[in-house]
Amino acid sequence: MATLDPEIAKTQEERRKMEQQLASLTSVTFDVDLYGGENRFEGYERSIPVTEDDENLDPGESEVARKLASYTAPKSVLKDMPRGSEEDNDMGFKKPSKIIDREDDYRRRRLNRMISPDRNDAFAMGDKTPDASVRTYADVMKEEALKKEREDTMREIAKKKKEEEEKGKAVEREKDDGSAPVQKRRNRWDQNQEADGSSKKAKTSATGSDWDMPDSTPGIGRWDATPTPGRVADATPSVSRRNRWDETPTPGRVADADATPAAGVTPGATPAGMTWDATPKLAGLATPTPKRQRSRWDETPASMGSATPMPGATPAAAYTPGVTPLGGVDLATPTPGAINLRGAITPEQYNLLRWEKDIEERNRPLTDEELDSMFPQEGYKILDPPASYVPIRTPARKLLATPTPLGTPLYSIPEENRGQQFDVPKEAPGGLPFMKPEDYQYFGALLNEDDEEELSPDEQKERKIMKLLLKVKNGTPPQRKTALRQLTDKAREFGAGPLFNRILPLLMQPTLEDQERHLLVKVIDRVLYKLDELVRPFVHKILVVIEPLLIDEDYYARVEGREIISNLSKAAGLATMIAAMRPDIDNIDEYVRNTTARAFSVVASALGIPALLPFLKAVCQSKKSWQARHTGIKIVQQIAILIGCAVLPHLRSLVEIIEHGLNDENQKVRTITALSLAALAEASAPYGIESFDSVLKPLWKGIRSHRGKVLAAFLKAIGFIIPLMDALYASYYTKEVMFILIREFQSPDEEMKKIVLKVVKQCVSTEGVEADYIRSDILPEFFRNFWVRRMALDRRNYRQLVETTVEIANKVGVADIVGRIVEDLKDESEPYRRMVMETIEKVVANLGASDIDARLEELLIDGILYAFQEQTSDDANVMLNGFGAVVNALGQRVKPYLPQICGTIKWRLNNKSAKVRQQAADLISRIAVVMKQCQEEQLMGHLGVVLYEYLGEEYPEVLGSILGALKAIVNVIGMTKMTPPIKDLLPRLTPILKNRHEKVQENCIDLVGRIADRGAEFVAAREWMRICFELLEMLKAHKKGIRRATVNTFGYIAKAIGPQDVLATLLNNLKVQERQNRVCTTVAIAIVAETCSPFTVLPALMNEYRVPELNVQNGVLKSLSFLFEYIGEMGKDYIYAVTPLLEDALMDRDLVHRQTAASAVKHMALGVAGLGCEDALVHLLNYVWPNIFETSPHVINAVMEAIEGMRVALGAAAILNYCLQGLFHPARKVREVYWKIYNSLYIGAQDALVAAYPVLEDEASNVFSRPELVMFV
Amino acid sequence: MQASDRFNINSQLEHLQAKYVGTGHADLNRFEWAVNIQRDSYASYVGHYPILAYFAIAENESIGRERYNFMQKMLLPCGLPPEREED
Repeated sequence: MATLDPEIAKTQEERRKMEQQLASLTSVTFDVDLYGGENRFEGYERSIPVTEDDENLDPGESEVARKLASYTAPKSVLKDMPRGSEEDNDMGFKKPSKIIDREDDYRRRRLNRMISPDRNDAFAMGDKTPDASVRTYADVMKEEALKKEREDTMREIAKKKKEEEEKGKAVEREKDDGSAPVQKRRNRWDQNQEADGSSKKAKTSATGSDWDMPDSTPGIGRWDATPTPGRVADATPSVSRRNRWDETPTPGRVADADATPAAGVTPGATPAGMTWDATPKLAGLATPTPKRQRSRWDETPASMGSATPMPGATPAAAYTPGVTPLGGVDLATPTPGAINLRGAITPEQYNLLRWEKDIEERNRPLTDEELDSMFPQEGYKILDPPASYVPIRTPARKLLATPTPLGTPLYSIPEENRGQQFDVPKEAPGGLPFMKPEDYQYFGALLNEDDEEELSPDEQKERKIMKLLLKVKNGTPPQRKTALRQLTDKAREFGAGPLFNRILPLLMQPTLEDQERHLLVKVIDRVLYKLDELVRPFVHKILVVIEPLLIDEDYYARVEGREIISNLSKAAGLATMIAAMRPDIDNIDEYVRNTTARAFSVVASALGIPALLPFLKAVCQSKKSWQARHTGIKIVQQIAILIGCAVLPHLRSLVEIIEHGLNDENQKVRTITALSLAALAEASAPYGIESFDSVLKPLWKGIRSHRGKVLAAFLKAIGFIIPLMDALYASYYTKEVMFILIREFQSPDEEMKKIVLKVVKQCVSTEGVEADYIRSDILPEFFRNFWVRRMALDRRNYRQLVETTVEIANKVGVADIVGRIVEDLKDESEPYRRMVMETIEKVVANLGASDIDARLEELLIDGILYAFQEQTSDDANVMLNGFGAVVNALGQRVKPYLPQICGTIKWRLNNKSAKVRQQAADLISRIAVVMKQCQEEQLMGHLGVVLYEYLGEEYPEVLGSILGALKAIVNVIGMTKMTPPIKDLLPRLTPILKNRHEKVQENCIDLVGRIADRGAEFVAAREWMRICFELLEMLKAHKKGIRRATVNTFGYIAKAIGPQDVLATLLNNLKVQERQNRVCTTVAIAIVAETCSPFTVLPALMNEYRVPELNVQNGVLKSLSFLFEYIGEMGKDYIYAVTPLLEDALMDRDLVHRQTAASAVKHMALGVAGLGCEDALVHLLNYVWPNIFETSPHVINAVMEAIEGMRVALGAAAILNYCLQGLFHPARKVREVYWKIYNSLYIGAQDALVAAYPVLEDEASNVFSRPELVMFV
Repeated sequence: MQASDRFNINSQLEHLQAKYVGTGHADLNRFEWAVNIQRDSYASYVGHYPILAYFAIAENESIGRERYNFMQKMLLPCGLPPEREED
């Protein structure tokens, strides 16, 4: 239950695929900003959290719980029950999933980011001028500016080139027709809309190099692969073109010539002049200018590790710029052959090479000799190929060609290649955990059996960090735990630099899995906490790695990301955060801006919005670039989304900051401004309309002048602002905007449709918008444009339309809406019928059916019956719910239709398809109550008999539903009138109890429990005993509801046939091995005792304690504990009887005895508090007290609780007297325990202690006496 | 505290206890405990009106004066803390 079962996972996967397909169909030109691109579900939970569903899995269960509420075990007990082993099996072994596999292209852009070098910490320096060698804020800003300039130039060139091309084409085309200008115009729009993506594409076409491709295959392939000679060759053709760029010797240029940092930062030329691999050309181009010491080439030590597998070299050494890597000799030009022999090829490469080899081997054309050896020598003749035959050369077509069965390669024993190094990991030394192949590049150094002594202290530290990280990443839980603790404890000792230089590259590893990321993020979090202000130079690095978490599709990853950034900003302070993130605000990459905006919103929520306001204001008014304004406004939007109604105090200032964006010259800025306003309004609803006064006018002007997606954004803003208004204004503005909305009803754009629907919903639900107005002005157009079959096909349209219609119905009433769509229940399209049904269901459930007149009622029932019968799809719940809702709403008015409905049900119960039968049975349980209202008892009896006949059903799902239907009927017509009579029904149910299917078990036990409760006398005692035995098995059920119902049923049965026999069965069951089973049995015993009075049970129970068997004795004690918990103050009659037993248990050697006895004492003490049993309680306390020094957590908990119980029953003073002896005991261990008891005593009853404190003697200058207490009048 | 204790209810319990001023610990000395006792006592006297009234009669003071006195006494109920011996 806790884990998604594979089927669900599969369906989800399919749905995701389908969505992607749909998206790819619809996403031709829409704006990523406005419509959210792929991550439009950002902020929504994609799956239901699995933690609470045990509690409220389905309404049926809770209903049962209500009905059977009389006897039940405490929640803690039922929850505490351990689950069977099967469940545990599939819980811990979920397939580890790589993050990259579920990421879309947009999210994968995270890999393009570079872990930037450390920055200067302005605070740490005081007044000193920063050293030339450290990177200051100014440096970073300069770099960004350069990058931007370069991008602009690139774009210009691309544009020019394109224009030239277009011109050329246009000239050509002009001969055919005159459509050239149109074409050109369109292209420009496209480019605009896809800003960065397309600009990159443009750049690609400009440079034409593989390195510069915007990553269609992000990460893996190119990114951390060794630059094999083949690849370099790829890059060479671009050289001539590159030359043009490289004439300008700005150092940033060359590196930036590729948008992909890793490719760009091939550390070909360290200042030392070391060439390290076979890219002499690139290296040559990259000669750093002497003007600036640190070219960007050597600035990126961190990503270097991932960019270049460095055989034999400690990556650590390579990271420190300027230091010649240890394995320098090894780094001489690797030949392809040599690569194979090296250990540290990335796993991707391995796989690629192996795979290629394999494929080539299989797909190579067969030689004549091979053919000869395959076919018999005789009987065949070699024909010449026909003259017209031309072999397929294009690879694409080759792939499509149908594989002929003859072409399948036969199995051949693969040749052994001893030279090849397989993926078998080298034995990790010194108890280190298993290392995955992809870990080698990070942890490879650990495998070198260097002598620890020879290493420098720094290297030793690095090594230590690496070891700990590896343990955290791949180790067993205990290893991980200790490693994590060591990392945390020694964080300051290790220093921020070495730590982050190790951790952060790991997080950029393309093959990272969810769990690993979680662990590493946890490391960062812990370390952050310790390092505090020392993290400042690394803030940007950390952000680069953590920001992608903010847009992860996994909810928990997002939360984790937020937490880290929030902690980071608290540790580093606002100034550092702003300095670190400011350069990213107008980054050319939209991805970077997007994540930065989100990160900023987290900073705002961590450090307070007011602190950030001045900065935000400046950014939003940036004159330099529209990107900065865009990001600034987006930050406001994200703040609103993140902190919800907490924006209210700052609403006015936030709106003021962004309002000018509505008139911005850039369309994207206008759009995001409107969206931000929408987010602010949504967050602050229903307050804060005053703050939006200033934007109303521009918004209104906007909706008249804009078209397309800007209009959609503006409409959205208005849609969210209107609900904040007073009724009068809301009505006025709704009327104003409605005119535009109705125009846009016809828009073919899907996104526009959704927004329009949303706005209509918002407007309609606002107070002040009159029903008459909606009826006359909105409804006709609304139904004409939206209630069409096509809307039912897209899931989100469907949902939105249903929601909006339900909202309208809330205003205009049931009859109007249902009257308009009821005919469509007979529509020929099933999805459409389903949409109609769902709407009717929701409307009727909300508003009842009193508005529905006789004629409409007839149409409705008719339509529903039609839709119900005609359904073919698997998703049957909508129809079922709809049917149930309508029938229940109509109540007695259904009476005339019931025979017809029952006819349908009976017919469908006999259907071939299991689903149909199940649905029919489910329908009975939905409408049983209404049938009773209509006095159709005879009909129900008839249905009961029919259902009884179907109890032989073989599909468990259906059988469960049938049992559920029987239960519903029994519930409403009662035990006496039930047909078939109970005495026939129950024996039929006994064998079904053996069924292991959860649904069957649950429904069956509910039905049996019901009968045991209300109609036990109809069945022979022997039958009940038989059922008791079956019930024991059900105590093993996984589902809590079943175990609970079972335990309750024991109570009912015991009541019906007397406790002796049931008790004997249960006491025997205490001997079984399974703990869960025993726990349930003890609960059942306690419930039997409660139902049939304790004195009927206690003798047998106490007698059972004499069995010299651990489990049995513990079971008895546990039963006693539950027993006293349930019977409460009734316990005063039994306390003296059980005291000797408890004495014995509290002195037992077995810990569990004492623990359970202590908890029994607790319940007993609480139950009899104030009833004059103090003598027995003090006696028991004397036995409990020596256990206070126990260290096992369960035991000590039970003992402490027993003492708390005693405090309630005996008074705080008595316990204080016990305490006083140890509070100042010479042994510290003793004092600690006693103070703990004292403290809980103090918290529990501080006031009562005042009178009981000991008299302390005065000391020299101190007066400890309390004379007030001895005053006497 | 052992490793097993770290995550169970006991650790939370101790956290809870630490939040209350009057709670103690193994290193509490006689004086500190006495101060807590005194303050608790005065707080209790002030909090229970009947007791306050009783003291007022016994001391022949007004109830308000009694309350004021008790509150004042809560400042340094046992006088100045003794010199801590170096350890």
